[in-house]
Amino acid sequence: MFNVHLFLNFILLYSGGEKGGLLDINPGLIFWTIVTFILLLFLLKKVAWKPMLEALKQREDTIRDALEKSQQAKIEAEKILEENKKNLALAEEQTKKIIDEGKEFSNKLKADILEKANQNAKKILDQAKLEIERKKEEALGELKEVVADLTIQATEKLIDESLDKKKHRQLVNKFISTLPKH
Amino acid sequence: MDSTQVLADTLQKSEDNSSSWIVEHITDSSVLDIEPFGVIHLPSIQFNLFGMDLDLSITKHVVFLWIAAIILLILMRYTASRYKKSLIPKGIANVIEMIVTFIRDEIAAPTIGENYAVKFLPFLGTIFFFILTCNLLGLLPYGATATSNISVTGSLALISFLMIQGAGMKKNGVLGYIKGLIPHGVPVFLIPIMFVVELLGLFTKPFALTIRLFANMTAGHVVILALIGLIFILKTPFISPVSILFALFIYLLELLVALIQAYIFTMLSSLFIGMAIHQEH
Repeated sequence: MFNVHLFLNFILLYSGGEKGGLLDINPGLIFWTIVTFILLLFLLKKVAWKPMLEALKQREDTIRDALEKSQQAKIEAEKILEENKKNLALAEEQTKKIIDEGKEFSNKLKADILEKANQNAKKILDQAKLEIERKKEEALGELKEVVADLTIQATEKLIDESLDKKKHRQLVNKFISTLPKH
Repeated sequence: MDSTQVLADTLQKSEDNSSSWIVEHITDSSVLDIEPFGVIHLPSIQFNLFGMDLDLSITKHVVFLWIAAIILLILMRYTASRYKKSLIPKGIANVIEMIVTFIRDEIAAPTIGENYAVKFLPFLGTIFFFILTCNLLGLLPYGATATSNISVTGSLALISFLMIQGAGMKKNGVLGYIKGLIPHGVPVFLIPIMFVVELLGLFTKPFALTIRLFANMTAGHVVILALIGLIFILKTPFISPVSILFALFIYLLELLVALIQAYIFTMLSSLFIGMAIHQEH
């Protein structure tokens, strides 16, 4: 840093001879330095170094503990999250299944009801048809009678001649059977 | 760099103008100079031990070592107390914590190894903050840089050296450690030479630590003082803008150097401890 040669010259210039030179060794000062330093070392060891280093270590341990704990908590949280996701997926699947089942059931029910109703309606229709057929037969029968009677009366009146009733009826019946059915 | 030219000029001038005031400023003294308010004379403690004269006087640098120690004690105690309230630090405690974790994770852990790092952290942290505080105190007005005194840096390196050898011997056993100094696969006839070389290597490490810290902390101050001294040596106020701008630049550089040197000292201590522990590498 400084010019060494010059510096050494300077020291040599003032180190020899006269008292109080730069390189003078003073035993008293050596004694006091050693005493002061050793005393300071012991006092500081007791007063400062021990508590300070302990506190430092304690703090480092605390930080390490906290870090480890947080790491663990993170892992646990991730586990829980994973589990939650799984549960959610399971629940969704189940819901879908239930809904599907419901849909299927309702469809079946609907089909059943429709079929039943159709059957019922057909049955009723058939009955009604039969009834109608029957009534028609009946009415037609009645009508035949009435028409026969009326025809007889009318014919009686028209020809004013009373035929043999039996012969007459045969005649009319013959005539009616020639008529179209409806 | 221009500042070295300036320093050269200053040195040349010193042949006729006494510039010993620069050294006086940097070196230790027995008075605290707080100029407009006078000076404080520090107590001198001298006694004779087994026929040896021991001078344990409280000097300026001792005072600044103590100031650094007290600042650190208060600061670290405050930081530690913040953790009792909450594990999350705030303000200054946050800065301290950042540095401590830096020393732990970037300096100690890679060089010593994860398992041993925490064991040496109090030592490494203390030496880092102590050197840093001493370095920064020297940058304050009226401050003195204790770490620019070779006795202080030598003592710190000595403690570091003892720590390195202690760590190595504790891990590998005293004999195992000494045996481990010689690398594997060295021919038998080379072992004595290698042993001497490795032993010397052990001592050069703290020596390098000593000189590095001392030289770095001294050099910046010398350059700043030389730049300011230029005004008086050239005896013209017109040089002062240049002096002050350069001095400011060096001051900012010193701020960086204060941090870097504390880091390097800690880093190398940690590295040497790691090498002493894991001898096989």
